[in-house]
Amino acid sequence: MSDNDLNTNKGPIRRFLDAPADSVGKTVFVAVTLCLVASMIVSAAAVALRPLQEVNALKDKQINILQVAGIYDPSADVVESFQAFEPRVLELETGAFTDAFDVAIFDDRAAADDPATSVALDEDPAGIVRQGKFVTVYLLRDDAGAIDKVILPIHGYGLWSTLYGFIALEENGNDIFALQFYEHAETPGLGAEVDNPRWKSLWNGKKLADENGDLQISVTKSVPAAGADYHIDALAGATLTTVGVHNLLNFWMGESGYAPFLANLKAGDI
Amino acid sequence: MAHKRREMLIDPLVDNNPITLQVLGICSALAVTSSLQVAFVMAIAVTLVTAFASLFISMIRSQIPGSIRIIVQMVIIASLVILVDQVLKAFAYEISKTLSVFVGLIITNCIVMGRAEAFAMKNGPIDSFIDGVGNGLGYGLILMLVGVIRELFGSGSLFGVTILETVNNGGWYVPNGMLLLPPSAFFIIGLIIWAFRTWKPGQVEEREYKIQTVEAH
Repeated sequence: MSDNDLNTNKGPIRRFLDAPADSVGKTVFVAVTLCLVASMIVSAAAVALRPLQEVNALKDKQINILQVAGIYDPSADVVESFQAFEPRVLELETGAFTDAFDVAIFDDRAAADDPATSVALDEDPAGIVRQGKFVTVYLLRDDAGAIDKVILPIHGYGLWSTLYGFIALEENGNDIFALQFYEHAETPGLGAEVDNPRWKSLWNGKKLADENGDLQISVTKSVPAAGADYHIDALAGATLTTVGVHNLLNFWMGESGYAPFLANLKAGDI
Repeated sequence: MAHKRREMLIDPLVDNNPITLQVLGICSALAVTSSLQVAFVMAIAVTLVTAFASLFISMIRSQIPGSIRIIVQMVIIASLVILVDQVLKAFAYEISKTLSVFVGLIITNCIVMGRAEAFAMKNGPIDSFIDGVGNGLGYGLILMLVGVIRELFGSGSLFGVTILETVNNGGWYVPNGMLLLPPSAFFIIGLIIWAFRTWKPGQVEEREYKIQTVEAH
């Protein structure tokens, strides 16, 4: 029997597999098949796992809000504990709440990218390029229904990355209860010491503005003239991260940030 | 055969280590070794990707056209890396947060490519799988060694558990900040390569040049 007879005895698939791998037809076939199979596997995994991932990301954010408000209990259910907060969408410019968006699905970061709901910054000390006009803030009320704490999202550029975090203020809108970053990529051991519990504990009891209403808060190496009440000691070995935290805090607590809201809060209009 | 496969698994640990002998995968070894936990997850992820990439590439090796073989290998490796990343995000969110971009960078890890091109294209699926596991473990071993040194002396802890109480936390140990920066891993890997080659002189490469000496007249 010759080779030719052998080939005719085989099915078309077998003949195709036995064809030299370097032929043009085979090359195209392998490339297309592989891309199809690979993309199907990857997209199947992405779609199947997305609900789990979203739950994780949301849970992580909620845990951070609970922590910054000082009511995080690792043994309790996160979703249930989170019911303690009243989330509201805030319009930064007027400092008043708005019901134009559904707070349950409002996405701060998507809104900050959307030209319709954000502004490009000319003066940009926090290094965020675009600022959303609306943000989600979280209110914690006491048993009598009066505001106990407000939790405000803040973000800005450090050394390598944008730091995303929350600041918890007391009901007077001037005393800091806590500050915590939940997402950043600063140098482990240096800039990432913003996560150090000892450093974070320095924030408790500090004040944003003095009696005249001037913003005095600073994160620097030495105590400024305004006094220790308005000063958080800089992180050793992380000058640029510290400068970033100082700038983003002053930006968000200033006129282009939460100042109108805090004024309303102090006046009791919220 | 069983004996040969055992060797394939053990060999890459010391005698044919991908980092110290082949000097591959250095980039990620610098990036992920500042904390042991991250280095450990990275080692597992690289081992899985190398093993399964080798397995799949070996399974279809006779059908891969030579002209696009590197691309075919990359597609398989990249798909596996995305799978690992997605699974980590779904089931180990905290760890995926600390690993961040490094999981994606497994795609560019030369060890995965190197084993696919050098071994899996020429050997059977099971052998290729074992070879991939062995090389992943060899990479992991060096990662852990570097990680122990960097985390212990850079942060005073191992696996996040405080061993040496640092000054920042009210203790006595002044951590060595340089060990937390990537360049320190260069020094440590260099020292490990030196140690390995002193222990096993067979690993020393032959000189490619000879230093000329001026003879006295």
